[in-house]
Amino acid sequence: MGLFSKLKNLVSNKKETNTEEEKKLDLYDSGLEKTRESFVSKLNILGHTFTSVSEEYYEELENLLIMADIGVNTVAKFMDRLRKRVKEEHITDTAYLNEIIIDELFIIYVNNSYLSDKINFAKEGPTVLLFVGVNGVGKTTTIGKLASKFHKDGKKVMMIAGDTFRAGATEQLKEWADRTNSLFYGKENADPASVVFDGLKEAKEENVDIVLIDTAGRLQNKVNLMNELDKINRVIAKFIPEAPHETLLVIDATTGQNGISQAVAFKEITNITGIVLTKLDGTAKGGIVLAIKEEVNIPVKYIGLGEKESDLETFDIEKYIYGLFKDLL
Amino acid sequence: MFEYMGDRLSKAIKNIRGLGRITEENINDAMREIRMALLEADVNYQVVKEFIASVKEKALGMDVSASLKPDELFIKLVKDELVELLGKEEVPLETNKTPTILMLVGLQGSGKTTTAGKLANYLRKKHAKKPLLVACDIYRPAAIDQLKTIGKSLDIPVYEHGKTSVNDIVSEALSYAKENHNDYIIIDTAGRLHIDEDLMNELKGIEELAHPDETILVIDAMMGQDAINVINGFNDNLHLTGVILTKLDGDTKGGVALSVRHLTNVPIKFVGDSEKLDGLSPFHPERMASRILDMGDILSIAEKVEDVIDEEEALDVAKKMKKGDYDLNDFLTNLKQIQKLGPLEKILKMLPQARNMGLNNVTINPKDLKHIEAIVLSMTMEERRHPEILKASRKIRISKGCARSVEEINRLLKQFEEMKKMMKQLSNGNMKMPF
Repeated sequence: MGLFSKLKNLVSNKKETNTEEEKKLDLYDSGLEKTRESFVSKLNILGHTFTSVSEEYYEELENLLIMADIGVNTVAKFMDRLRKRVKEEHITDTAYLNEIIIDELFIIYVNNSYLSDKINFAKEGPTVLLFVGVNGVGKTTTIGKLASKFHKDGKKVMMIAGDTFRAGATEQLKEWADRTNSLFYGKENADPASVVFDGLKEAKEENVDIVLIDTAGRLQNKVNLMNELDKINRVIAKFIPEAPHETLLVIDATTGQNGISQAVAFKEITNITGIVLTKLDGTAKGGIVLAIKEEVNIPVKYIGLGEKESDLETFDIEKYIYGLFKDLL
Repeated sequence: MFEYMGDRLSKAIKNIRGLGRITEENINDAMREIRMALLEADVNYQVVKEFIASVKEKALGMDVSASLKPDELFIKLVKDELVELLGKEEVPLETNKTPTILMLVGLQGSGKTTTAGKLANYLRKKHAKKPLLVACDIYRPAAIDQLKTIGKSLDIPVYEHGKTSVNDIVSEALSYAKENHNDYIIIDTAGRLHIDEDLMNELKGIEELAHPDETILVIDAMMGQDAINVINGFNDNLHLTGVILTKLDGDTKGGVALSVRHLTNVPIKFVGDSEKLDGLSPFHPERMASRILDMGDILSIAEKVEDVIDEEEALDVAKKMKKGDYDLNDFLTNLKQIQKLGPLEKILKMLPQARNMGLNNVTINPKDLKHIEAIVLSMTMEERRHPEILKASRKIRISKGCARSVEEINRLLKQFEEMKKMMKQLSNGNMKMPF
């Protein structure tokens, strides 16, 4: 129950300190407020309705987890483990079970793997980050937010508009570049791989620190488009052998079970190093990232909590679970 | 008929076969698998629960007589219930009023702007309307540019007034439409969260001002369990008249369709099934039910084939097949038709037989088709008509012409011969057509 006491400490210390960490927690807090309200109050009601662990309790708990989009298989496995623990540890009180639930969710995510939420920066030359995902998940907005963050850290940022397909995509990225004082390279209706090539060339000449490459939204079952992505990847590697230093799969928090298929398919084509979970400021819980971590082993690196430049945070599983369960503690 | 469903589900249903009576005990496995299938398709948990209870009740009361197999009865019941839930009757778009005003609403990234273009294109094509697109997304960077680009490529006018107030844009657009005799006005709005009160009030304002005949919720078919909150959020605030389900060309099951109908009774009017601007199809509950249960979708392929294949050409080829003089020229024609159908793996996925043959997860590179085309195109007319004359020297020449290896040419010729044999059998009625 290490996590649980740690979270408890975070809460109890809250009023005495006011560190950078605290401010971050607050942001998580307000961003996830809507998400949390529905989830946690339900879990609380569950605890009040059922004082002892019964079949009905399990059914309601399963309902709750599935409603968070955690994924049917992951939930089924989770329920099995929980039942086993309840039996072995002779638990009858549902109040005590809440702690175990949080603990087990944490275990699903961590699962003995080494987790890094850090970006792998290049030792020298530009660091290249490639953004991929299906249509409408928020790739371009995420790039805008990250550029703003890097700019504040004093980095020289360049955006490359690799989405030459969707109408208005290049203008959209350009507008973000202007807002965040970033350099921009784009050419409408051109071959995306050639745009990326020319953009990288310019980035090297301009001594840019970080290059953010936008790509067109593509559904993972479209072979042509996935091949195009493969080509972009090869062009990048030709230019800078160890690049892209990160390939981030952007996933919309409202995504259901299809998120797993997305992760599997994109990982086959590119070396996905992390997920950006967007639109967490709504009521969606984004629980599919737990299933993705369990089944495809890709960690979340950033979360999007709104439409403003500053609405982006580094992902932290403890804070994420804390955000979901705060009212329980 | 249903060997082709999701594997686990079909196994569970097979177990019912041969039973004299349907009891709670012997359908338990099947019910559990159906429940899993629905949850994996992202149907809302509550909807699944009610659905399962209702199917169970009806199944237990079913009369299993000697003539009807219990497993067939059972799956028919499940499918009928699904179709019932999805809405049996088609509710067409309002097109009779002049002008008709339609407003598209939805979350960010659900595909409103693309759908606006598709709808305008559809209305012009099918109903001879003169549509006007109105750009009311004044928030997302370059959203107006996106709509303008789409309008330009379709040659459909777009009314925009930069980032001024939405109400002003709408009233100006209405008078612009009057002056220019546009009889269908499609308003594209900004994506917004269903819990964003300010933006929801903005939509209410447009409703009060323009009194749209249709307020359509555009929703992503990949959406998970949160769909219920989104649907209710929009439905509680606005007078929704329909739903358009987008991105159905992905590999998502689209269980959200079921939740929409069950929760709101608002009909689904269209589905978006391609990125192209003609990728909008009327909603078919039968097919959606098959898709959710993973049963293959033969009807959709049949229709697609009809859409893209020229009937006369097809008749011509059929005659040749019968006579046995189908040659490589006909093959080339067919190849081009197949390419028009779209990604082949999508077609294969829709074929129930494909699963049995292990073809459901095959990926086909469109380049392979291009290579075959290149080989045939490098042959002379004489060679295409009589491939038997192709000997080593001719093959080397062809190989140079199309930059494919001789092995590849041989492989193609062998496949062609086999295909020809199969066609003869087909047309002699020795074999059943696949669909």
